[in-house]
Amino acid sequence: MKNSYGIVIIGGGPAGLAAAISAYDNGVKDVLVLERDDRLGGILNQCIHNGFGLTRFKESLSGPEYASRFIEEALARDIEIMTETTVLSLTADKRITAINSKNGIFTVQAGAVILAMGCRERSRGALNVAGTRPAGIYSAGTAQKYVNIKGYMPGKRVVILGSGDIGLIMARRMTLEGAKVLAVCEIMPYSSGLKRNIAQCLDDFDIPLYLNHTLTKIEGEDRVTGVVVSKVDENKKPIVGTEMHFDCDTVLFSVGLIPENELTKSAGIPLSNRTRGAIVYQNRETLVDGIFAAGNVLQVHDLVDFVSEESELAGASAAKYVLEGRAERDTVEISAGGNVSYVVPQMLDKNASGHVKLFFRVTNVFRDCTITAKCGEKVLMQKKKKIAVPGEMETLILTEKTIAEIDGPITVSLEVNAK
Amino acid sequence: MFDVIVIGGGVIGGCVLRELTKYRLRVCLLEKENDVCMGQSKANSGIVHAGYDAIPGTLKAKFNVLGNKMMESYAKELGVKFRNNGSLVVAFSEEEKATLSELKTRGETNGVEGLRIIDKDELRSLEPNISDEAVGALYATTGGIISPYELTIATIGNAMDNGAELFTNFEVSNIEKTDDVFTVTSTTSEKVSATLVINCAGLQSGKIASLIGDEIGVNGRKGEYILLDRESGDFVSHTLFFTPTKKGKGILVTQTVDNNILLGPTAEELEDPDTTTTANGLDFVISKAKTMCKNPPLFNTITSFAGIRAYSDRHDFIIEESKTVKGFIHCAGIESPGLTSAPAVAEYVVKELVGKNVSLQSNETFNGKREPDYFFKNLSTEEKNALIQKDPSYGKIVCRCEQITEGEILRVIRENPPAKDIDGVKRRTRSGMGRCQGGFCQPYVAELLAKSQNVPLETITKKGKNSYLLTGVTK
Ligand SMILES: Cc1cc2nc3c(=O)[nH]c(=O)nc-3n(C[C@H](O)[C@H](O)[C@H](O)COP(=O)(O)OP(=O)(O)OC[C@H]3O[C@@H](n4cnc5c(N)ncnc54)[C@H](O)[C@@H]3O)c2cc1C
Ligand SMILES: Cc1cc2nc3c(=O)[nH]c(=O)nc-3n(C[C@H](O)[C@H](O)[C@H](O)COP(=O)(O)OP(=O)(O)OC[C@H]3O[C@@H](n4cnc5c(N)ncnc54)[C@H](O)[C@@H]3O)c2cc1C
Repeated sequence: MKNSYGIVIIGGGPAGLAAAISAYDNGVKDVLVLERDDRLGGILNQCIHNGFGLTRFKESLSGPEYASRFIEEALARDIEIMTETTVLSLTADKRITAINSKNGIFTVQAGAVILAMGCRERSRGALNVAGTRPAGIYSAGTAQKYVNIKGYMPGKRVVILGSGDIGLIMARRMTLEGAKVLAVCEIMPYSSGLKRNIAQCLDDFDIPLYLNHTLTKIEGEDRVTGVVVSKVDENKKPIVGTEMHFDCDTVLFSVGLIPENELTKSAGIPLSNRTRGAIVYQNRETLVDGIFAAGNVLQVHDLVDFVSEESELAGASAAKYVLEGRAERDTVEISAGGNVSYVVPQMLDKNASGHVKLFFRVTNVFRDCTITAKCGEKVLMQKKKKIAVPGEMETLILTEKTIAEIDGPITVSLEVNAK
Repeated sequence: MFDVIVIGGGVIGGCVLRELTKYRLRVCLLEKENDVCMGQSKANSGIVHAGYDAIPGTLKAKFNVLGNKMMESYAKELGVKFRNNGSLVVAFSEEEKATLSELKTRGETNGVEGLRIIDKDELRSLEPNISDEAVGALYATTGGIISPYELTIATIGNAMDNGAELFTNFEVSNIEKTDDVFTVTSTTSEKVSATLVINCAGLQSGKIASLIGDEIGVNGRKGEYILLDRESGDFVSHTLFFTPTKKGKGILVTQTVDNNILLGPTAEELEDPDTTTTANGLDFVISKAKTMCKNPPLFNTITSFAGIRAYSDRHDFIIEESKTVKGFIHCAGIESPGLTSAPAVAEYVVKELVGKNVSLQSNETFNGKREPDYFFKNLSTEEKNALIQKDPSYGKIVCRCEQITEGEILRVIRENPPAKDIDGVKRRTRSGMGRCQGGFCQPYVAELLAKSQNVPLETITKKGKNSYLLTGVTK
């Protein structure tokens, strides 16, 4: 191990791997990947279901299969990889302190850093659900780890709160393993998961999805013995009299993912309060020079194919930064307008070459609508959609030609078409 | 055969047990749960009260003030986190301001030093996030904060290091005295005998008293809390109380020694108290927090919980030898400020009440120091690296939110009092106490427990008894 590297990547999930490969192929040969788990692949290791890589490889792979394609590519290059190594801190001048059993606590200096730490699940506590605090309450991802990695069942009769993808996938997985999934409840009037997951994970197994419902009480002293689920009004307040009781021994929470940005904050890198990830330019550079971010640490993706794409971009940009330094910028801001919850990137450097793909999510379910990127009153790009849902990331491409015409801040918004 | 049996592994039982090991006595602790510190001492506000609140002349007043004076060095010796952050009783009207003067006088009568009434401006400079409506405060400079479970675990661990024995899952259900010997029996028919018994059973101290025919009324009053992430840890730095009014005491807003923010507790009288949190209770906490401070960072909530105060029908601590059964000592109905008072109560109980029954010969080998369970965090990088080289498990992070290593977890499974379940590891190391609440580390901690105890993973529990984590293996 050396004490300085051209590029250091924090996290060895799909984002970190794709970034490392791309950084290497773009000319920086001393690349170090730091991963805290005992293996590469990140969250994909526990996603043994199919459905990964449809866009990128035009075939349906399992999570580990998708990851292994990148792991092999990384290993085929002269990229230094350290697993079971946790990064403890990062500074704005790109010094990284990490810990492992072999080297103890050590610090490396990087020419550029790529943040690829992924995200974590919101816990029960964050929701203030009333009731007891017994065993049998898991986040869906923890349950997934017990079942798919450790080979243990976390329960037999299950109620799931939240219809995010992990919750949906676990509804099916637990059912296949012989558990009874009694209900999936979702406080919103729509599911935040992918449409295909609702069909394949709930409908195919007759698992009821209760929209506009939330968990109002957990019961049981030692182990969960039951829960109360209530309907909510338009302000998301439980409606008295609508309580349903379920006898169950397990509650799974699938109530959202939060980008894991503790290190980012410790380096003083500004975050967006909409994505809870760093604010970035189109090359995925944060507002601190030479520190880049990609994958779920930047914005929670539903498709890993986009993670890989974003991370390759970050890897190439970091290589360019190390090899060429950076030219003068000409910056405009990109923000979310009506009916759009966020846009990544938040900053556009007009001097950079190439087209720019904007990633964003809408705030609700909309039918027959038009998504528009505007600069002042000027329409830069427009796209009509039959349906747009918060659970699926949207994209718009600004061509190099369009970018040349931009002379002020850009907003992305959605309007429902007049009938 | 023991000299003294202590019933109840809370902070009172813990401090009493440790105090006993300073003398040449064979002592043991009986606790009904799988681990110690499973009652009030685990879920409370963690405030080392200054002592202006208690009515002069009560045991509460006496032991609070004494305990407050002892706490800093007591905590230091045991490696327990303590901070003298100062308390502020905040007034929101001129009428409340008048109450502050009464409190100050009462405190001075109790022997509290460093009480001062401060104006709006000084209050604002001490706590910039205080509500604009606040008009002044009583500043109690001797007020402090402590980790209540660290204190309880450390006293019991230190007592065990000095020879005390611990029996967990021992729920006392019968007590008999024949020929000056007490035989204490558990619900599973285990028996332990001794010449003296000390009842420190918290909420159940009335029930234990009834086993020897004494009548002590102990009731429960629930308090619900909300805990915020360390990220918001500097939102306030002192402990903020509402001025007590006829309508009650409101809640407090405080920093904890681990730099979280704690909001609560509510106060609900209960016939049959349980530690459920309720929507109404949590809403009350939230609305009060918003009255006290400008924009409390509730978005950073990481958990909510509840504790039960055990108060006696005398509305004071009951610390006395039974009037009918000689050698049976009660520490019953020890509600707030019981945590603050614990070291002083223990000293009194052992010197005065135990000392009346047996001769106290000091134990020359007693060592009151205990290495804290968080010792690793306090090491320098060089020291950490030396340790990792010797024991590589200190180089493996298990809990990512709180950055706790495998070595630290294995250590608390080994050390006194040994952690036996997930919550036990959590209270000792903070693994699982951070923002992800164990989502990531729980499977890992469960495996470490199973491996160390040489049992199958399915037998590991969250908190003993029927709180199993897993229901079997996959197909
Ligand atoms: C349950 C689930 C189901 C999904 N289903 C699908 C699907 O069907 N199809 C699809 O295309 N996509 C799916 N996705 C989405 C896709 O898998 C993720 O978007 C993708 O894995 C994110 O990649 P990442 O590298 O950003 O994050 P991660 O995979 O989370 O990787 C981050 C890595 O960083 C490491 N790390 C973090 N902090 C540190 C530190 N301080 N020091 C060292 N290492 C660190 C972590 O250990 C981890 O290995 C699913 C995701 C989940 C969670
Ligand atoms: C909400 C709340 C807030 C508080 N805030 C503060 C504060 O800020 N400052 C302060 O100074 N004090 C505070 N207190 C008071 C303080 O927490 C208590 O006074 C103190 O913890 C009492 O300790 P204990 O050992 O008497 O009881 P406990 O901690 O309840 O211990 C009793 C133990 O006895 C065991 N037990 C019971 N029955 C049996 C049996 N039959 N056999 C064997 N074992 C048994 C129980 O399992 C338990 O472990 C607060 C209390 C509450 C509830």
